[in-house]
Amino acid sequence: MHLLQQLLFIIVLVAAVYLFARKVRDIRRNILLGRDITPAGTPAERWRNTLLFALGQKTMFRKPLVGVLHFFVYAGFIIINIEILEIILDGALSTHRLFAPVLGGLYPVLIGCFEILAVLVILGCAIFLVRRNLLKIRRFTGHDLDGWPRSDANYILITEIALMLLFLTMNASDQVLQSRGEEHYIATGSFWISGLLTPLLDGMSNSSLMVLERACWWLHILGVLAFLNYLPYSKHLHIVLAFPNTYYTDVRPKGKMENMPSVQREVQLMLQPEQAGSEPPADGIPKFGAKDVPDLTWKNLLDAYSCTECGRCTAACPANITGKKLSPRKIMMETRDRAEEIGRIIKQQGKFEEDGKTLLHAHITTEELWACTTCNACVEECPVGINPLHIILQLRRYLVMEESNAPAEWNMMFSNIENNMAPWKFSPDDRDGWVVGS
Amino acid sequence: MNIKTMAEYAASGETPEVLFWVGCAGSFDQRAQKITKAFATILDKAGIRFAILGKEESCTGDPARRAGNEFIFQMMAQNNIQLLDGYGVKKIVTACPHCFNIFRNDYPELGGNYEVLHHTTFLQQLIDEGKIRLQEGGSFKGRRITYHDSCYLGRANNIYEAPRKVLEALDAELVEMKRCRTNGLCCGAGGSQMFKEEEKGNTRVNFERSREAVATGASVIASNCPFCMTMLTDGVKEEGREDSVQVLDIAEIVARQLGD
Repeated sequence: MHLLQQLLFIIVLVAAVYLFARKVRDIRRNILLGRDITPAGTPAERWRNTLLFALGQKTMFRKPLVGVLHFFVYAGFIIINIEILEIILDGALSTHRLFAPVLGGLYPVLIGCFEILAVLVILGCAIFLVRRNLLKIRRFTGHDLDGWPRSDANYILITEIALMLLFLTMNASDQVLQSRGEEHYIATGSFWISGLLTPLLDGMSNSSLMVLERACWWLHILGVLAFLNYLPYSKHLHIVLAFPNTYYTDVRPKGKMENMPSVQREVQLMLQPEQAGSEPPADGIPKFGAKDVPDLTWKNLLDAYSCTECGRCTAACPANITGKKLSPRKIMMETRDRAEEIGRIIKQQGKFEEDGKTLLHAHITTEELWACTTCNACVEECPVGINPLHIILQLRRYLVMEESNAPAEWNMMFSNIENNMAPWKFSPDDRDGWVVGS
Repeated sequence: MNIKTMAEYAASGETPEVLFWVGCAGSFDQRAQKITKAFATILDKAGIRFAILGKEESCTGDPARRAGNEFIFQMMAQNNIQLLDGYGVKKIVTACPHCFNIFRNDYPELGGNYEVLHHTTFLQQLIDEGKIRLQEGGSFKGRRITYHDSCYLGRANNIYEAPRKVLEALDAELVEMKRCRTNGLCCGAGGSQMFKEEEKGNTRVNFERSREAVATGASVIASNCPFCMTMLTDGVKEEGREDSVQVLDIAEIVARQLGD
């Protein structure tokens, strides 16, 4: 029986890790569909961002209550992984509480700490469920989240609560069995939280307690492994990608816009034709701006996979606040959806064949793109360093330069700049008109 | 006041301390011209030897670039860099955060490297160095002023303190809107929205922002950008408060308070 459990556990563990690794490889390939860029700044500056924003969750504390609750869930999640290590080793080696004899008196303290974190995680997740489903908080009621994304968020919170409850119940039944001197359940000393729960289980017989303990153990670890495999399909992937994403986030002032060396050179040749001979010819016809996912940078795509759809960007977006269609969160969600779509095509056909759809138009409309004021509020808000504005501006470049598809007023503005050196139709001769009478 | 151009300085073999880049709004927009004049007056009173480009100045290319037209941006930028380098310009001050931003962040990659200051930072320096002195009391004494962070000075370049320090030098009460500094709400003009109608929505961005500004009870909304100026002025009118709430650029406020 033990051997069978042990074998079963190892098979499930290996399968879970294999499936996770395979999906991670797919995501990596999808992210690398993006064009290459070299991140600006020194590694030291970027590590600073990772420590401050991913590890330290600096932006989260702009909303202190939510920041603290999120920190509970995050710290709980990370630290309880030490307990998962014991559980995995127990399963693979067919032992029970492997660390207890090694750690001695420290063991119940450690488990006690995990249990306190578990309670904090339950508290945090419960409040988050209330915030998402009962309180009418605008960023959670937005239409971007209709359907799967809204369920996704709830599944994650409910699963985390369930896993923590299983963990506590497992420990509580273990404690009762310990107190009854049941062989195999070695005495560890009292755990801080589950020790308080034991009266609830007093009426149960030893055999049903053992079934309960084992059931919780199995459900907990199976839940954890299932959750691991759910991550890459979910917005919850941010728990992993927040770290690389903050590392690669642009450290330069937010007002800087990406240069287009191909256009720079073209204009240079036009303005200073004497340089035409010495310049090497451009390799192929460059495409201006971005129409689809492969035209974006890999950082844009990493951004998309790092997004947990919290909606802070959209809540701060002046266009969205005033009822326009633009939602920076939706820009990120659509980019990820399209990257996944292309990934599926590659998986089926070996390479990416045009499928008649593109990120621009099929996923993100011109009406959304024109509404952006480039105010950087979305960029400022993102706790994990995502930049929706960079994507918006690249799509605008494609619309204007490849499709000649700009609002008529903008075309007028362009021609005014070109002909009158100002966005309005004034004569350049009147530019210093204000000086008269000064 | 005698305002000289770069060409005039060059002709007399002199170099000015700083180029005042007026910008298109500051040059042509009637309301923004008053900001330009106010700032030039301050520079003159502070004894700064400054020049303008006059008829030679042209658009930085910012509205074209943010709208997606990189060709027009590159044409304007490369011509401007040629002109500025031709005059040996080292230091630029401008009253437009869009011009400021593009000089500071986008021109260096094209070979245009200048020390660029936004006029609010310049004003703060003039006050700190004692080159200008604000009168005690005066027309802002005891009045409530709220400051609107422009996106291109604030989030885009992390300049939040200089304009506030200038306002704190007045004998007035500075009140913040709920959305200020990094949380500041755009006036609605950025990203070339100034040059087109807004997309369909419930309200206009400038109405939303002006409502917030008026709700502080301030009688002066201080701005640092000619586009914010237009948007907020319209928004205050929409609120029906144009008689009791003034929208003024920080340069105009300082110019009115200049002591001898």
